[in-house]
Amino acid sequence: MAKPLTRADGPQSVPALLQRNATQFANAPAYREKEYGIWQSWTWAETHDEVQALALGLMNLGVNEGDFVAVIGRNRPYLYWAMIAAEMVGAVPVPLYQDANAEEMAYVLGHCGARFVIVGDQEQVDKVIEVQEGLHQFEHLIYLDPRGLRKYDHTTLHQYSHVQDQGRAAYDEYIKELDRRIAKLDYDSTGVMLYTSGTTGKPKGVVLSNRNVIETAKSSSEFDGLRQTDDILAYLPMAWVGDFIFSVGQAMWTGFCTNCPESAETMHVDLREIGPTYYFAPPRVFETQLTNVMIRMEDASPFKKRLFDYFMAHARKVGPSILDGKPVGGWDRLKYQLGELCIYGPLKNTLGFSRVRVGYTAGEAIGPEIFDFYRSLGINLKQLYGQTEATVFITAQPDGEVRSDTVGVTCPGVELKIADNGEVFYRSPGVFVEYYKNAESTADTKDAEGWVATGDAGFIEEGSGHLRIIDRAKDVGQMADGSLFAPKYVENKLKFFPNILEVVVFGNGRDECTAFINIDLTAVGNWAERNNIGYASYQELARHPQVMDTIQSHVEEVNKSVAEDAMLSGCQVHRFVVLHKELDADDGELTRTRKVRRRIIEDKFHDIITALYDGSKSISTETEVTYEDGRKGSIKATLEVRDAKVVPVARKMAAE
Amino acid sequence: MNATAESYTTEDGRTIGPVVMEMKNITLRFGGVEAIKDISFDIREGEIRAIIGPNGAGKSSMLNVISGFYVPQEGEVWYKGSRRPSMRPYQVAEQGIARTFQNIALFEGMSVLDNVMTGRLTHMNTGLFAQSFWKGKAEQEEIANREVAEKIIDFLEIQAIRKTPVSRLSYGLKKRVELARALAAEPSILLLDEPMAGMNVEEKEDMSRFILDVNDEFGTTIALIEHDMGVVMDLSDRVVVMDYGKKIGDGTPDDVRNNQDVIDAYLGVAHD
Repeated sequence: MAKPLTRADGPQSVPALLQRNATQFANAPAYREKEYGIWQSWTWAETHDEVQALALGLMNLGVNEGDFVAVIGRNRPYLYWAMIAAEMVGAVPVPLYQDANAEEMAYVLGHCGARFVIVGDQEQVDKVIEVQEGLHQFEHLIYLDPRGLRKYDHTTLHQYSHVQDQGRAAYDEYIKELDRRIAKLDYDSTGVMLYTSGTTGKPKGVVLSNRNVIETAKSSSEFDGLRQTDDILAYLPMAWVGDFIFSVGQAMWTGFCTNCPESAETMHVDLREIGPTYYFAPPRVFETQLTNVMIRMEDASPFKKRLFDYFMAHARKVGPSILDGKPVGGWDRLKYQLGELCIYGPLKNTLGFSRVRVGYTAGEAIGPEIFDFYRSLGINLKQLYGQTEATVFITAQPDGEVRSDTVGVTCPGVELKIADNGEVFYRSPGVFVEYYKNAESTADTKDAEGWVATGDAGFIEEGSGHLRIIDRAKDVGQMADGSLFAPKYVENKLKFFPNILEVVVFGNGRDECTAFINIDLTAVGNWAERNNIGYASYQELARHPQVMDTIQSHVEEVNKSVAEDAMLSGCQVHRFVVLHKELDADDGELTRTRKVRRRIIEDKFHDIITALYDGSKSISTETEVTYEDGRKGSIKATLEVRDAKVVPVARKMAAE
Repeated sequence: MNATAESYTTEDGRTIGPVVMEMKNITLRFGGVEAIKDISFDIREGEIRAIIGPNGAGKSSMLNVISGFYVPQEGEVWYKGSRRPSMRPYQVAEQGIARTFQNIALFEGMSVLDNVMTGRLTHMNTGLFAQSFWKGKAEQEEIANREVAEKIIDFLEIQAIRKTPVSRLSYGLKKRVELARALAAEPSILLLDEPMAGMNVEEKEDMSRFILDVNDEFGTTIALIEHDMGVVMDLSDRVVVMDYGKKIGDGTPDDVRNNQDVIDAYLGVAHD
């Protein structure tokens, strides 16, 4: 099935790739979506027709070359087609985060000056209508799901299927012009514009050319041997570069099938039904899944639990070696196979990972224990390191060289260099064109020779040539005594505990480290239920003395492990609080991809930080919160400040 | 409100049709107790009609009369222009009237999907023989009915619990499943007996939205009983107020809100 794909003179744009696939793989499935309980599918030929109809419809509505077309909604084939159709007519697709609030949406729509917006449903329509007053270039809004929208004023509002119908009707009128516009697209024309979530400041529009998208898709597909028969599940935000590269770039290049879940809540069921062969998830998803497995095993019968513990211990011992093809004794192999039959196989099936051939995690460092858990089951989970500006791929782990503490070797075509201050720089065919309307930032990030600053501090390991990332370059600091401060390192260790959802460690320029902790409501709530501990809210559960004790023991355990690393032993957590609210993107404390925004948190909770350092036993505070619908409220709480035992560093060093 | 015109359009652009059901001088007795005393009102096509009143006012009895569960001793029920003879509840269901219950009446051990499918019963015609071999017509019929059920599951956003046994669901979700089952019958009149009883604010908001969406999207006429005055006033086009089995008010939410008898009934003025 998988025909070799020639690269010389190959298609130079995503629409051209679609045309190639529609001929080459005409009857192979291109997209699937579960709707009304059934997986609906479209072949490449059908996809081409749908996209073309939409493109003609867009021309009929007056989309010009160079216009910006924003796309907002959950992962649906129709919205992927919208992006391709936009490119077909010479416009630039701009996917937006669907959970962005109206204000964030207004900024992005205003910044790129989108004339057309294509959205999923009424919720998004309402948001766009709410902000359209301030958008001078905005003209037409196209929606997919007509539910609840019948009574809306339809002068500038159009239903997706109607736009397609009009496009089909106007076929003769526009097809020549459409073909001309497609033919005009080449490696240098813009393929997509993606807004970075931005841990600091306003989001920036990263312009990616067809060269970026196709070259990256090509080399990364070859790196992992992706095939036309592969399946992926598209469930991560469409506005995120990874989803664009996997579900559009690589899917177009190799011709594999993109599957869209029925809704966000059914994602795990859909994952099982599809059984993707190529899978991507941020560490958080793997963490949540592992937490759920562990919680369910707690409730399992003693026999099952013992069986699970026994075989998981064995898997941890030999699983990764078997996966890497290293020599393993015959008896261990036999036992592993028995485990596959009893535990690993059924567990992988439940998780939806039975068919995964290539799995990736990226975005944040993954806890080694989590990583090893999946690998020991025989799931080929690997790490990659990338960013929007690089069209994802900078480094990735080749099969057989997978470790939890590195992010792999450079991807084909990528060059790396490490600056004196430890910051990682790269240069590759995937390097972005520019930040849209932001020459200053472009110049700050990309130099004249094409080297891009990642903003991450790291080093290349001697011997293996793998890159190791320590932390964000700007987050890495020094403690008052001059020792290295790398908050992420400690936070990741703490976050491995199922009870802990989020951690923020402070200590830059100070004598000792302290931490904010968010408990994981699922895990701790389950524990509370089993121990008959009543609670009414997150806040109440978070300050329960027994919960505090548990968290304290976790912190002390991490302190011990941190102390073992001579370089980072200064980062032990001396004091901590369990926060009274969950850190939330709606309150600006996390980015939409759930990365911690340190500066904002430091600002917002400065009173608690003061209490962490002045020795007080408790602190009363009031915090403003934003609800999902944009209303504001406030939470008042008195937090207990706990001291954690630390391993004395000086003595340990003396002993060495 | 224009009571004489055949149909009219509401402020939010919905078309309310002519009278589809009329209750004429209904009296219902249980032995010596008069649960409903000589009540008359009508329901127009496409409207949301609320029946409100304090505890024991006879609201549920009224709904049971409409659904054919109780047969009134006096009075007539007119439906689609003709007088309805006394009927068994299943005959009423066949006429296109579906309902939900105040105390949830789902099949607890069955999945959500199976529960919704039971709502399709009146749309299934194949006999026992064909069903037991499940070939040809029986199979096609099930596929067609499943499609309708799935559209309703999608509409009420309960895809994630499709295969979950009802007994494992929260109260609010069970109420939604019950609504789904009633909708599966594709009724022309939907009777909702306290659809929001015992729900928290968020669940009430969801349910209100679904009720409005059902009315708007399928054009279903809805008669509902509700305790929560705020909800009733926001949702309904016209309201009947009952107290001690008697009708004490009838009209738009604003009319009713300013009606002295209604205010007395709700504030608890001594009865003579």
